[in-house]
Amino acid sequence: MGKAPLGPSVQSDQPAGDAVRMDPFADTLRRLREAFSAGRTRPAEFRAAQLRGLGRFLQEHKQLLQEALAQDLHKSAFESEVSEISITQSEINLALRNLRAWMKDEKVPKNLATQLDSAFIRKEPFGLVLVIAPWNYPVNLTLVPLVGALAAGNCVVLKPSEFSRSTEKVLAEVLPRYVDQSCFAVVPGGPQETGQLLEHKFDYIFFTGSPRVGRIVMSAAAKHLTPVTLELGGKNPCYVDDDCDPQTVANRLAWFRYFNTGQTCVAPDYVLCSPDTQERLLPALQSAITRFYGEDPRSSPNLGRIISDKHFQRLRGLLGCGRVAIGGQSDESERYIAPTVLVDVEETEPVMQEEIFGPILPIVNVRSLDEAIDFINRREKPLALYAFSNNKQVVKRVLAQTSSGSFCGNDGFMHLTLDSLPFGGVGASGMGSYHGKFSFDTFSHHRACLLRCPGMEKIYSIRYPPYSPRKLRVLLMAMEARGCSCTLL
Amino acid sequence: MSKIGEVVQRARAAFNLGKTRPLQFRIQQLEALRRMIKEHEKDIAGALTADLHRNEWNAYYEEVVYVLEEIEHVIKKLPEWAADEPVEKTPQTQQDECYIHSEPLGVVLIIGTWNYPFTVTVQPMVGAIAAGNAVVVKPSELSENMANLLATVIPQYLDRDLYPVINGGISETTEVLKERFDHILYTGNTAVGKIIMMAAAKHLTPITLELGGKNPCYVDKDCDLDVACRRIAWGKFMNSGQTCVAPDYILCDPSIQNQIVEKLKKSLKEFYGEDAKKSRDYGRIINSRHFQRVMGLMEGQKVAYGGTGDAATRYIAPTILTDVDPQSQVMQEEIFGPVMPIVCVRSLEEAIQFINQREKPLALYVFSLNDKVIKKMISETSSGGVTANDVVVHNSVHSLPYGGVGNSGMGSYHGKKSFETFSHRRSCLVRPLLNDESLKARYPPSLAKMTRH
Repeated sequence: MGKAPLGPSVQSDQPAGDAVRMDPFADTLRRLREAFSAGRTRPAEFRAAQLRGLGRFLQEHKQLLQEALAQDLHKSAFESEVSEISITQSEINLALRNLRAWMKDEKVPKNLATQLDSAFIRKEPFGLVLVIAPWNYPVNLTLVPLVGALAAGNCVVLKPSEFSRSTEKVLAEVLPRYVDQSCFAVVPGGPQETGQLLEHKFDYIFFTGSPRVGRIVMSAAAKHLTPVTLELGGKNPCYVDDDCDPQTVANRLAWFRYFNTGQTCVAPDYVLCSPDTQERLLPALQSAITRFYGEDPRSSPNLGRIISDKHFQRLRGLLGCGRVAIGGQSDESERYIAPTVLVDVEETEPVMQEEIFGPILPIVNVRSLDEAIDFINRREKPLALYAFSNNKQVVKRVLAQTSSGSFCGNDGFMHLTLDSLPFGGVGASGMGSYHGKFSFDTFSHHRACLLRCPGMEKIYSIRYPPYSPRKLRVLLMAMEARGCSCTLL
Repeated sequence: MSKIGEVVQRARAAFNLGKTRPLQFRIQQLEALRRMIKEHEKDIAGALTADLHRNEWNAYYEEVVYVLEEIEHVIKKLPEWAADEPVEKTPQTQQDECYIHSEPLGVVLIIGTWNYPFTVTVQPMVGAIAAGNAVVVKPSELSENMANLLATVIPQYLDRDLYPVINGGISETTEVLKERFDHILYTGNTAVGKIIMMAAAKHLTPITLELGGKNPCYVDKDCDLDVACRRIAWGKFMNSGQTCVAPDYILCDPSIQNQIVEKLKKSLKEFYGEDAKKSRDYGRIINSRHFQRVMGLMEGQKVAYGGTGDAATRYIAPTILTDVDPQSQVMQEEIFGPVMPIVCVRSLEEAIQFINQREKPLALYVFSLNDKVIKKMISETSSGGVTANDVVVHNSVHSLPYGGVGNSGMGSYHGKKSFETFSHRRSCLVRPLLNDESLKARYPPSLAKMTRH
């Protein structure tokens, strides 16, 4: 079924008969809640079937998705495969392989008083989950959270981004054929629809997007005491030490910066290095850019485009900051911006005030590692942080004296390829995390369970009133003798 | 800047100096906290007596011992918990270091409440300190004596800049909430929980909310009623019913209702004597407002035991209500007092349906000798935690996370979970800066794939 794309909001002078249109989601949400209450999503077989359905969707419509990604972001087949489809397929496969193990009750160590009891953590679905996804990796960032939410046994409402229009269409029209629609719905639309959705009660909300909207989502969630995971963003610093091979660093920097035309929440946002290192880096960066995208990057099939006119204008404005050392060209008709490096950038300029989210790399000079660390710590905690040096001590120092969602020494966002590492932010870059088992755990309520035997009453009787100083002494002596924990309940 | 603002800024400045990073420092603070508790046990008991009519037994046994154990456990485990946690690598990262690094969040705010004013304020502190944070503590003003005691003794034992205590009422709490924190842990009620989350949203501050609800207690026909009723009476009437994990109401078949009433009465007399007012072990209601509220809940109900109160001393007799109508007021709000309603249901299914029609509670209890009944009750309901065949105690197992779900809260703590709650778990990948030959394949314009496994 899926939901048809919605029109503009209902005006307040509409007749009462439009009550249903005024809350277009009531029916869908009720249907999903009823299915959840009926227990449809509990059995492992049901969840596995949904995950397999997702997998089939990816396989059968790979080309359709690649075309949609090309239309939305001029994404190359290589990037689509590597950062969208393959990654999602991996998560599906991992979840299918591990589902039953993840669902099992997790036994916990017991203290002396509970030795004869059964103590475990039961993983339960929350109920109705809302996943709000962004436009930059519209397949990955919509479906990977979905994998976790479904594996954990929830019913899910998916709200893909309206900016990645072609992908949104595929998700709204084709995906629902592959997942049981009694427990799943795709709601396309814009900020209005999102706002309306957020007025309803969900049992969990998973949001990927900007910190500004993250605040709005969390405030809306507060009205219903809905727990949230917010995957936000920030300016991810990249410290480049004097002790390094500039070409190696430039290759890595360039690749991770210009991948998806810089529209990546974990891309290196700006470089911190000494003027000397900057001098060595610039020709190396030019060399890397030419090697990757050719003499005329505009004609390279490996370079994408900016998602929208609004972001294009925003980024073009940033080209005026500092001085263009490499690139700087742009073309409005294609929303093309050349892979660009800016130098002589002031901290107060716009390019150093907002997350860039485009193919522009400013270099800021610092005179020492200490100055770099201070610079980083004066700002909001970023989603990712990078440090390049031949000297491992330098890398470790940057790690130890800063904070960020995640950290990579001597490379870009490779750490995302390990599903054994949780992916999430801290501070303004977000709260909560996911990927792999972390997804399953994020979308589950961890219920503490203690099953006591009804016997052993004589032992427990010490806990009952009436109390006497003597009873207290006896208890304290017993605890002392055992030298260990004894909330002797 | 306001005085409260200054206090928080000082805590942040002290944190930024890096004082709390070394484990040794954190352990020293925890050891000082332990000394504080041992040296001021009498004062702690005195404050609890003044605030809630508790005695030195239950002060120790129902409050202090939890915190001492937590400190013991955390000191022992801290080196293990704080160590980098290596993770499974992929074929492409075999030569690299891949691990999760635990870091402090920064400045944590703990807002306590009045019913176990020592434990719910100090136990979260233990985890927050262990994780390396600065901690601003705001005890509840309703348990006035404990609030004053904490404000006096904590600065005598712990670093004054890093662990300030802020006292005051609603306006001070509102003032504190304007400041930016890196985590807020709040224990209290649902309505205020929403306000806290809204305030936290402005700064994108993660939160742990320990709220409440009506904790159902299902008593099966197939169970040892003597044992069940004794345990239920113990958990329900401790602290005069003012316990967030107390069994709030009983669900049972009508055929056993009378027996349950008799056995509850028997246990109550064993615990508190014929007149609980004379017992040193029976508590009092925290204030007049709550006293009036709880007394009001008894109106129009069938009282099988108790039902009386004394406003002057805020004493409410241990009370049992029978054949309670689910629509009545006593079944609409968390009772938080020594009144036990019994609602009759005709089957386990009806009990489960009854529970599921209501908000998810903080705790759920089921008494039965039949494992299948217990299993079914647990798998067809949800709650923060569960104890089968006892009440309250899942709370005391370190390795079980303590927290709610839905209206009863979000997040959890206790033991290792505290450490995790108050830490940021940072994913780390450290590679050597080798030359690029091995990584060439990933760069454009090559079409080679970067596979994941």
